[in-house]
Amino acid sequence: MDGSNGFVDALTGEQKIRNFNINFGPQHPAAHGVLRLVLELDGELVERCDPHIGLLHRGTEKLMESRTYLQNLPYFDRLDYVAPMNQEHAWCLAIERLTGTEVPRRASLIRVLYSEIGRILNHLLNVTTQAMDVGALTPPLWGFEEREKLMIFYERACGARLHAAYFRPGGVHQDLPPELLDDIETWANEFPKVIDDIDGLLTENRVFKQRNVDIGIVSQQEALDWGFSGVMVRGSGMAWDLRRAQPYECYDEFDFLVPVGKNGDCFDRYLVRMEEMRQSLRIIHQSIEKLRAPEGQGDILTRGKVTPPKRGEMKRSMEALIHHFKLYTEGFHVPEGEVYAAVEAPKGEFGVYLVADGTNRPYRAKLRAPGFLHLQAMDHVAKGHQLADVAALIGTMDVVFGEIDR
Amino acid sequence: MSKQLKELGEYIEAKRADCVLGWQIAHGEITVDVAPSNIAGLAEFLKTDQNCAFSTLVDITAVDWPERPKRFDVVYHMLSMYQNHRIRLRVAVREEDMVRSLCGVYPAANWFEREVFDMFGIIFTGHPDLRRILTDYGFRGYPLRKDFPTTGYTEVRYDEVQKRVVYEPVKLVQEYRQFDFMSPWEGADYILPGDEKEDTK
Repeated sequence: MDGSNGFVDALTGEQKIRNFNINFGPQHPAAHGVLRLVLELDGELVERCDPHIGLLHRGTEKLMESRTYLQNLPYFDRLDYVAPMNQEHAWCLAIERLTGTEVPRRASLIRVLYSEIGRILNHLLNVTTQAMDVGALTPPLWGFEEREKLMIFYERACGARLHAAYFRPGGVHQDLPPELLDDIETWANEFPKVIDDIDGLLTENRVFKQRNVDIGIVSQQEALDWGFSGVMVRGSGMAWDLRRAQPYECYDEFDFLVPVGKNGDCFDRYLVRMEEMRQSLRIIHQSIEKLRAPEGQGDILTRGKVTPPKRGEMKRSMEALIHHFKLYTEGFHVPEGEVYAAVEAPKGEFGVYLVADGTNRPYRAKLRAPGFLHLQAMDHVAKGHQLADVAALIGTMDVVFGEIDR
Repeated sequence: MSKQLKELGEYIEAKRADCVLGWQIAHGEITVDVAPSNIAGLAEFLKTDQNCAFSTLVDITAVDWPERPKRFDVVYHMLSMYQNHRIRLRVAVREEDMVRSLCGVYPAANWFEREVFDMFGIIFTGHPDLRRILTDYGFRGYPLRKDFPTTGYTEVRYDEVQKRVVYEPVKLVQEYRQFDFMSPWEGADYILPGDEKEDTK
């Protein structure tokens, strides 16, 4: 393997040097799960990088074709399991657009609130594990403490820490109690201090900067060519955010800034993520305020064909009971048509292309994961970098294999 | 929004009449049907033209319609960050047809086309490296075709005797359940119990 094949004497002839091939992962902690990278190295420099994915492929798209729309919803939690509710959001939006369902205002605000909690969940994990990939162990410990608190908010809203199944077509599953809103607000008031702590650990840290500044520079043209989205484009200086550019839900009434990077390197993307967490906090504060306002009260589901009847109604009305039974066995039918619904998930644009044929099951659903495109560019971005930088690059691309392999 | 999309559709049709077979707007999205031979040329046009400026390839996928002679729809989604609009291109192809690869226009097409090849068996000409991507090494068949069973054909397990992973034909304790939810009054594709003798009368 080391190029000494058939070489007899170190002093004669021309030494034939062959490139070294190594497997990076699938067990390497910096491979973020189940990534196998076949790297061709010239000394320490990466010449070629061939990611082998699919080790976590579960055939979600195939499975979805034989389940009802509602049964498919929990699959979305299992895509990007770091920020589960943001994926569900895309699925609900797709169904709502095909069926023409209007979401009540309170449900819309709850969705925004929980999408932003998801964004912080994701960025906390990403920023801190990237620090771990380049050698710091404290940030993940501090970050996971906060993640734990956020997952308790998830649990208090829907009963599950990770696999929420909380966003439903037509609204959200259950209403939030006022105490939960108070607790989220208390947390949101304290959280800036934690961001500042992580900031103090990393931003001016010599080692962290040496490992991240000027590593993995992505120019604007490259970001466009490779189909990047989310932080990967914003880090390169383009202020592209679906929440701002193509507002969905009620994001157009929220006041927040879209941070952009300047150099498009790993360090800029880290800074963008840190700032996005602060902006998410602003949105959380605003949505809590709106949820408390009189306009923010009301039902959390559009009562109709796609949503279950109220529990109390079911006890008294036969029609409601039949409707409940039919909804959870047969499911609702979605009119024929095709639609592409995208949301700004924490990792980038997460989209669902849904082809409905008028039955209670999707004819075809394609899940467009942002990480798939980011990892695809790995060969292009990693070329010419040191082997040690590959870990930093995987960290900055924010890959989670649940969504890439589907 | 739909007015802009209408203008966009008319503009593309006027400029590239040879490629566009038709276009429609539904649910606030524009879908353009494209002739299979011209897809790469149209993509190039959509990317470079100032009024379209579709800078980013969002997605490539396919849909299987086994009962149609042109069995597959290859579907492309594109996004313009400059004009802030999206487009969907649809190419209908036969099972044995090959589609021109978009790798030369959008480098991002690479893995998407590998995935479509992996899942549907559609071959893209001019693709630099058309390997399977998501399925196992040495996998056979095209999983997302409608005639491929959801359970697949093989299952794997670790064999203690041979000390390696072995592949075996799928053995299920219970048949995989595909429920027929359609009401028998609406369009069941089976004979209703009691109706067997209906035809013999």
